[in-house]
Amino acid sequence: MNLMDYLIAAPEIALLGLICVVLVADLFVDNENRVRTFWLSIVSLAVLLAVLNATAPDARSVVFSGSYVSDPLSQILKVGAVIFVAISFLYARDYLRANEIHRGEFYTLGLIGLLGMMVMMSANSMLTMYLGLETLALSLYALVAIDRDNVTSAESAMKYFILGAIASGCLLYGISWVYGVTGSLQFHEISAAVSADPSLNSLPLWFGLAFLIVGIGFKFGAVPFHMWLPDVYQGARTPITLYIATAPKLAALALTLRILVDGLGALHETWSAMIMVIAVLSLLAGNFIAIAQTNIKRMLGYSTIAHVGFILLAIFVGTEQGNAAALFYTLTYVVAAAGAFGIIILLSRRGYEAENLTDFKGLNARSPWFAMMMMFLMFSMAGVPPFVGFFAKLNAISAVVDSGYTAIAVLMVLASVVGAYYYLRVIWYMYFEEAEDKAVLQASTDTKMVLSLNSLAVLALGIVPGWLLAMCIQILG
Amino acid sequence: MEFSQYILSILIWLPIAGGVLLLLIGDDNDVMSSRAGLMRIVALAVSVLAFLISIGLYAGFDNAAVGMQFTEKVSWVTALNVFYVLGVDGISAPLIILTTFITPLVIIAGWDNIKSRPAQYFAAFLILEGLMVGVFCALDALLFYVFWEAMLIPMFLIIGVWGGERRVYATLKFFLYTFLGSVLMLVAFIYLYGQTGGFDLFGFMAAPLSLTAQKLVFVAFLIAFAVKVPMWPVHTWLPDAHVEAPTGGSVILAAIMLKMGGYGFIRLSLPIVPDGSEYFAGMMIALSLIAVVYIGFVALMQKDMKKLIAYSSIAHMGFVTLGVFILWSVSGDAGAGLGMVGAMVQMISHGLISGAMFLCVGVLYDRMHSRQIADYGGVANTMPIFAAFMVLFAMANAGLPGTSGFVGEFMVIIASFKANFWYAFLAAGTLILGAAYTLWMVKRVVYGEVANDNVAALKDINGREFLVLAILAISVLIVGLWPAPLVDMMNVTIEQLIEQVGQTKL
Repeated sequence: MNLMDYLIAAPEIALLGLICVVLVADLFVDNENRVRTFWLSIVSLAVLLAVLNATAPDARSVVFSGSYVSDPLSQILKVGAVIFVAISFLYARDYLRANEIHRGEFYTLGLIGLLGMMVMMSANSMLTMYLGLETLALSLYALVAIDRDNVTSAESAMKYFILGAIASGCLLYGISWVYGVTGSLQFHEISAAVSADPSLNSLPLWFGLAFLIVGIGFKFGAVPFHMWLPDVYQGARTPITLYIATAPKLAALALTLRILVDGLGALHETWSAMIMVIAVLSLLAGNFIAIAQTNIKRMLGYSTIAHVGFILLAIFVGTEQGNAAALFYTLTYVVAAAGAFGIIILLSRRGYEAENLTDFKGLNARSPWFAMMMMFLMFSMAGVPPFVGFFAKLNAISAVVDSGYTAIAVLMVLASVVGAYYYLRVIWYMYFEEAEDKAVLQASTDTKMVLSLNSLAVLALGIVPGWLLAMCIQILG
Repeated sequence: MEFSQYILSILIWLPIAGGVLLLLIGDDNDVMSSRAGLMRIVALAVSVLAFLISIGLYAGFDNAAVGMQFTEKVSWVTALNVFYVLGVDGISAPLIILTTFITPLVIIAGWDNIKSRPAQYFAAFLILEGLMVGVFCALDALLFYVFWEAMLIPMFLIIGVWGGERRVYATLKFFLYTFLGSVLMLVAFIYLYGQTGGFDLFGFMAAPLSLTAQKLVFVAFLIAFAVKVPMWPVHTWLPDAHVEAPTGGSVILAAIMLKMGGYGFIRLSLPIVPDGSEYFAGMMIALSLIAVVYIGFVALMQKDMKKLIAYSSIAHMGFVTLGVFILWSVSGDAGAGLGMVGAMVQMISHGLISGAMFLCVGVLYDRMHSRQIADYGGVANTMPIFAAFMVLFAMANAGLPGTSGFVGEFMVIIASFKANFWYAFLAAGTLILGAAYTLWMVKRVVYGEVANDNVAALKDINGREFLVLAILAISVLIVGLWPAPLVDMMNVTIEQLIEQVGQTKL
């Protein structure tokens, strides 16, 4: 261990320092001036981005005795996570202030969660991964319960906590089996051990693998480990849902890729069947159940499950093309999810949660601009060109077809058609119905601008998807 | 010349830019306000400009040249080997001109009778125009698919926002039907991408494929294009969409969007999977004949004018698919070419006639707010000029010689005669059926005694409506009396296509 190790982990170390600053500074801010904590957090994230930029890795370097890795994959995921955490802070600010839950804890917990995500993205050993995961998960449980007098929030936090604890237990149990069989916690050593001695690739390791997949499935929200997701999406206050729906998905992707590809790539034949089953189930259950929802947050929760099905199907084929498609899909899906929840927040105001689909009625008459932005986001999620969601789906389907699973590809496109229905329903309410609620949308200029840019990004990325796709392929190539 | 190099891009992006400009100008629900006036003038100017540019396309088009003209090629998504590549030949150029010709008419037709959100209405049509031109000139499968799907978005909104009472049902049905059809085409494209390493349509055409693969690809294409044409039995979205769409939407749907199915068969199915197409040709002929005969009878029974014209569209599009797939049953190249040319002429002609018929119904609907045939009668007494136009278009719809409707159908019938007497018998029998349902409707609506007070109070068409109908009437007569320029444009391309289809890819 030397000084270089610390330099490579500089982003996480910097973030920890900044969290302490925000935490202490927040003590000296009263409720009236809570917005100062917000700005301090934004500045911290900007500093963090600068640090990330300065320490951008050219190649893969493994430090701290092999438990920590810095590579282009961790870099792009971290940059994405920092940006989306900043965006969720911005969208949350006015909402929290209006609803009198504008507490400093929101920002500090959000930043601690980010630290957990960044540790997961850079984990090269099962234990580092687990530590990052728990740091993230504990912050999320607390965030969901941040409006502690709200019964549904408290209920969903409890549910999230209990199910999350069980899933973490499963993951840890799986880790211990893998450790027992291969004698190591580090991904590259696990991989080397299995390659060196193929006889390890047998029942005990598969047993551990099954528990790992339970943990992954839970964190990603894949069927049948998805039960918490719709309840938490609905129960949490919308800015918290936004937070959960965006950056942690990038961390979940890191969790999946690091464990299954880096660590247990040799067991692809075994895990691909398991992943395929949960992915197909997610795709179907997510899309069909979403149709029946009347609460838009819950609907987007089920839609997330369907998108996770797509991401896992791209990973299931086990090719570099598939992994790149999964990365592209996750990054672009998170852009659309941030925008969609941002617009739900925009429609809410003091004492009024715009969470039903019917709240979108007549949005075109109230605000043609944001109706159009929401339309872009919905068409992107539905996978209609020229929006970026189309290219995300195209890459995933292409990876599946190229590996010879044409039947699954047909299933994927048919599921997209089912999914199109509930996205179209949002557009139908916005454009084809009269407004019941004629209140003018109120938001600060900075929120409106970022939200517009965020929504236009799904169009812009759809028109010029080449650079991001090339980057994803280069990172996982 | 610099300009002509980018003429196709201009034809795509100029209307789209115009549409965005209209959205920026924004809405003013007062149709007399200066902002609404400015917005309408911009909309008309952009669409007329696009039409004038497409005349440049016609002027610069070389009828004798084999292959694509006005080509442009830029790399688009390098990682997937996707190119922004455009070009036209004798099949797509007439359809592009049809698109740019119909759009200004639709804008004039909606001039001041769209009361709610006119800027969004006109913007949707302009953006739709650009996307439709894009479909006709894209030579990269992925680019084609992007335009093909993106086109659904403005049409979805046009029907849903400005449509009739059951608009939500109709527009969702329209979107989901066509979306379902197209996604399977996407899987076929991805499969072909895996075989050739790119999305280039010519690469697809050159790639050898086994018969099984060809059959599967053909079926995937068939689902996409059959929904669009639409062919029996996947036609059920069309009567709903047509009836509920605003007049302009019905016109664009009938005149141009339906043609994309036929275009898809000719541009993609035939050259990419010739053996698969041959394998299914018998089935395609059967489906076309069912459309022509059975849907003709269905049309006869309609009480709603728009529905009647919608069913008549399905029957007429049956001639298009018949003309295309008769290819293998005809001995000798001349007949095959005739069927294909007939199909193309039929597409252009149907674009003009069905558009005109929907505009006529729109004129009546604007005055009476009813589409029911039973609510009318004796319109000729109060609207003599309008009645003259409507009778002319009805005659054209029935295939009267001298109108454009005759040319295409006659060519297809001659070609099917060479194939099989019974094909021709059934197809020609439909001419009578077509005359029956169209003229019977005209008789009930236009002629006879004035049916009720509402009809007695009707005012004849104004200058704006006269202009639109007169332009269409003249084009119907020109194509009917002197189709040579149109046929000359496509002859070389079709000969070449038939030669290409004749070579097996096995």
